[in-house]
Amino acid sequence: MARAAIQGRLGDRLRWRTAEVEDRRTESGTATTLVLSVPDWPGHLAGQHVDVRLTAEDGYSTQRSYSIASVPDGEHLELTVQRIEDGEVSPYLVDTLLVGGLVEIRGPVGGWFVWQPEQAEPVLLVAGGSGIVPLMSMIRTRSSIGSRVPFRLLYSVRDPADRLYADELRKGSPGLDMTYVYTRVTPDGWPRPAGRVEPDDLARHGWPPDFEPTCYVCGPTGFVEKAAAYLVLLGHSPDRVRTERFG
Amino acid sequence: MPIISPGFHGRRPTDGKKLPPGQYETYDFPVLSTGPTPHVPLETWELAVVAEDGRRHTWDWAALQKLPMETPTVDLHCVTKWSKFDTEWRGVSLDVLLADVETAADFALVHSYGGYTTNLPLEDLLDGKAWIVHDYDGQELAPEHGGPARLLVPHLYLWKSAKWVRAIELRLDDEPGFWESAGYHNYGDPWQEQRYRGD
Repeated sequence: MARAAIQGRLGDRLRWRTAEVEDRRTESGTATTLVLSVPDWPGHLAGQHVDVRLTAEDGYSTQRSYSIASVPDGEHLELTVQRIEDGEVSPYLVDTLLVGGLVEIRGPVGGWFVWQPEQAEPVLLVAGGSGIVPLMSMIRTRSSIGSRVPFRLLYSVRDPADRLYADELRKGSPGLDMTYVYTRVTPDGWPRPAGRVEPDDLARHGWPPDFEPTCYVCGPTGFVEKAAAYLVLLGHSPDRVRTERFG
Repeated sequence: MPIISPGFHGRRPTDGKKLPPGQYETYDFPVLSTGPTPHVPLETWELAVVAEDGRRHTWDWAALQKLPMETPTVDLHCVTKWSKFDTEWRGVSLDVLLADVETAADFALVHSYGGYTTNLPLEDLLDGKAWIVHDYDGQELAPEHGGPARLLVPHLYLWKSAKWVRAIELRLDDEPGFWESAGYHNYGDPWQEQRYRGD
């Protein structure tokens, strides 16, 4: 395993900053993007996350981590939050926190699950459900700087209604190939039957191991565990498979 | 002064249990790791304690199993915010493994199969505070949770409890491990909320 990227700015204490919700966008029936304005935001790398802190009136507070979906852009930051039905924090962020509302955030955090523009090797992104969020930051960052590094995205969702960023991904980007895998329900006429990601999907829509791509796998634990194991099985070096798991 | 979130009520832990700051209680067992899960066959598994003079003390699986076992029940606190109370483990105290090791080291750098590393003061491994565990909740430890064997240092954030532990390198100087080099706190006390460098 290579050393994680060390960032100078992570050397300073990460302090809590007050973020104001500038805009909200519905991404699916259960996911919303919060567009935040964060004074003095130090910037971030594609793939990093932030800690969000909520405090109740009696002083009780709790924190969660959310991946950044947007490209580095001054004081603006976008988080896409998937509402977890019995969650403590996500229903508040998705349903209660309105434009103009304030929330505390700290970050950016994480120096390993990142894509940096100076990386020249091909990239395979493997997303399960809301695991697309940090990968979307990589896709957007690649586009925003006009990078010609070839990207492939394999995106597993239960059914078409669960796709995040569907319009943006449909428009695509030169040099970005993408494929959906539907695990429960497919669109009409979809050639692949509904079912979980198999080694064959990764062989067909990923890169050959001898291209030495860096593979980023993000999603629920079971999904990541399987997809990462399949990539190793297909011949990718474990050193080139980076994972981020939710719950 | 923290920002109050109007309409946010939150959940408190049940049974009067105490959570470190910023944590929440979970009942399942989330998995965090940076890459694919290594699968280490028991036939080739080995644990080494390497003193600062290079002397190695090693145990294969059979030798580990012959050591006295303890069954700690401990609370886990992960830097990604979840805490899990009353987890039950079975394994060997580091006091046993380090008993015959001559060392003047103040620090340990823990190495895992797969290449992960983490560092901590040696005293945090001693006096009943740390174990090499291979059973969780009465079952053999699953690979995604660090099986066949992992370090367990429950008084620090869980990234210090290296999965797939392979070697404990005793050092005179403190060498930062994987997350410690990537902006996380060097020590990681959950009760002091030492998540990131400078906390």
